[in-house]
Amino acid sequence: MTLLDRLWKDAPLATRNEITPKLGFVLTVLLALVWLIPFLWMGVATLRPPSDGFNLMAELMPSLKPTLDNVRDAWEIGDFPRYTLNTTIICAGILMVQFVTITLAGFAFARLEFAGKTLIFYLFLMQLMLVPVLLIVPNLTLVAQLGLYDTLTGVMMPFFASAFGTFLMRQAFEAIPTELEDAALIDGAGLFQRIRHIYVPLSMPSFSAFAIISVTSHWNDFLWPLMVINSPDKRPLTVGLSVFTATAEGTQAWGTIAAGTLMVIAPLLVTFLIFQKRFISSFVTSGIK
Amino acid sequence: MSFAEPAALPVANSAAPRLHVLKRYSSGFKASLPAYLLLLPSLIFLALFTYGAMGRVLIDALYQRTTPKAPVRFVGLDNISAVLADPAFTGAVVNNLIYAVGTAIPSIGLALLFALALARTNVVTSALRAALFLPVLIPMVAASALFLFIFLPNVGLLDYYIGRLLPVLPNWLGDPDIALSAIMVITIWKNAGYYMLFFLAGLQAVPEDVMEAAHLDGAGPFQRLRYIILPELKPTFLFVIVIATLNAVTQVDHVFVMTKGGPANSTNLVLFYIYQQAVEHYDIGKASAATLLTLAALMGLTALSFRTLANREGGP
Repeated sequence: MTLLDRLWKDAPLATRNEITPKLGFVLTVLLALVWLIPFLWMGVATLRPPSDGFNLMAELMPSLKPTLDNVRDAWEIGDFPRYTLNTTIICAGILMVQFVTITLAGFAFARLEFAGKTLIFYLFLMQLMLVPVLLIVPNLTLVAQLGLYDTLTGVMMPFFASAFGTFLMRQAFEAIPTELEDAALIDGAGLFQRIRHIYVPLSMPSFSAFAIISVTSHWNDFLWPLMVINSPDKRPLTVGLSVFTATAEGTQAWGTIAAGTLMVIAPLLVTFLIFQKRFISSFVTSGIK
Repeated sequence: MSFAEPAALPVANSAAPRLHVLKRYSSGFKASLPAYLLLLPSLIFLALFTYGAMGRVLIDALYQRTTPKAPVRFVGLDNISAVLADPAFTGAVVNNLIYAVGTAIPSIGLALLFALALARTNVVTSALRAALFLPVLIPMVAASALFLFIFLPNVGLLDYYIGRLLPVLPNWLGDPDIALSAIMVITIWKNAGYYMLFFLAGLQAVPEDVMEAAHLDGAGPFQRLRYIILPELKPTFLFVIVIATLNAVTQVDHVFVMTKGGPANSTNLVLFYIYQQAVEHYDIGKASAATLLTLAALMGLTALSFRTLANREGGP
């Protein structure tokens, strides 16, 4: 029995023991390898000594004398610790405020009856519909008017409320039996105590799914911070990398670009490889973002 | 009672009388006040950056304005007609349509292939899924930095390994006829693994016994794909098409890093045009008019996306 047969032994969808699905599988394996080539090149080019010369830059075979020179150069040219700090502040700041806003709003939608509930619900839905990325021009104007141009707060603010997060928490809270809250109520727990001690702890999987989606998307965000931030020392990783790439491209220092890129994407990639399952299920959930 | 073990607790029975105290409130304003207070933090930010922004786009589109200060001159629909008459805008719209179709079809097709091949969970398929999913996680800016070298003429990865087989080495990002396709490759590479996830989720809803029965009845793999799997995946398809189209309009970071819309506007996309008008030409009126037109065009699509969502909630 070949390896392929063993893989297909209890394949779902009754596709086992037939040649066509196997062809599809082989094709997928080949494409997955193709998909990895940019990452492979990034790793190889990062470790390739500049003395190998420009012509060998495209070699996917690792150099026999790997070096960290490129990493050192990238570290010196771009202010990566600063960029990383800025990105971390942005992502953490957004997430902290979002946790508060989506918990409160999610609870209101899940558990309270109030006048105009449907209308307000549709107002929230509208955020999903309006595609926030397209509203960069009016939002930049507003951020400038609020005196937040060129500040990290200005980068964060438009994302403090999240319709997607609110819906996610509403769903999570609705799944919690009301008997739990009633018991706490009889024990004299106030509204915030009930949220804090019953709803929040029981909804941790939803919070972590939301955290993964929120951090990933804001870690990777480029256009909005590019517009809001002017000072070099306030640049997040993505904006920093684009400036760095433009500089290094001029000097054709591709090994340095590879090293810089590696530094930017490594934190998320490592986190993903550790929490793979959780990432993937969060992204499936996020289809409604 | 331990809150740490929710699974052990009885699920609320809808037929049983509910003690829930909050239901005692009628729905007058005073009774609704706690809910309003809980919604207030979210509503403030939504009002500022979503509804307010929408309103400002509408107003800004009617004024000629070259600074972030108050509107200066009412020009009615002049901005709209100026945008519609601007070949750079119409070109960007055409590019964006080509880009949307040219990225959605291949990436969705590949995503379906990947999902069908990797539906079963084991060590190997998990690793393959991870490999295909990696590009989703990295910033478009980083992907662009990598692909800049891949597309570099002569010495880049593509020419080094494959380009040498061609009679003429193309300048992938420098040739107006090729640059848009080159940009599309990055998008396909980056999104196929994302759409794969939705197909994988959709495949779990395909009833195994129906597949088994069809197999016993002698239906081949293509027949089963055609008559059982694809109909079952229809809501997923609609959903992914909507996401792919929205992505085509909202993902432009690679245009910034790689081509700046060039050469000869061949890779200019609508959002990049909006950015150019606002940030490079300080023409807020024109930028707002372009935003308004784009938003209007997306409205129908997003309405569809909600219908799709509703279907999804009812189904798998």
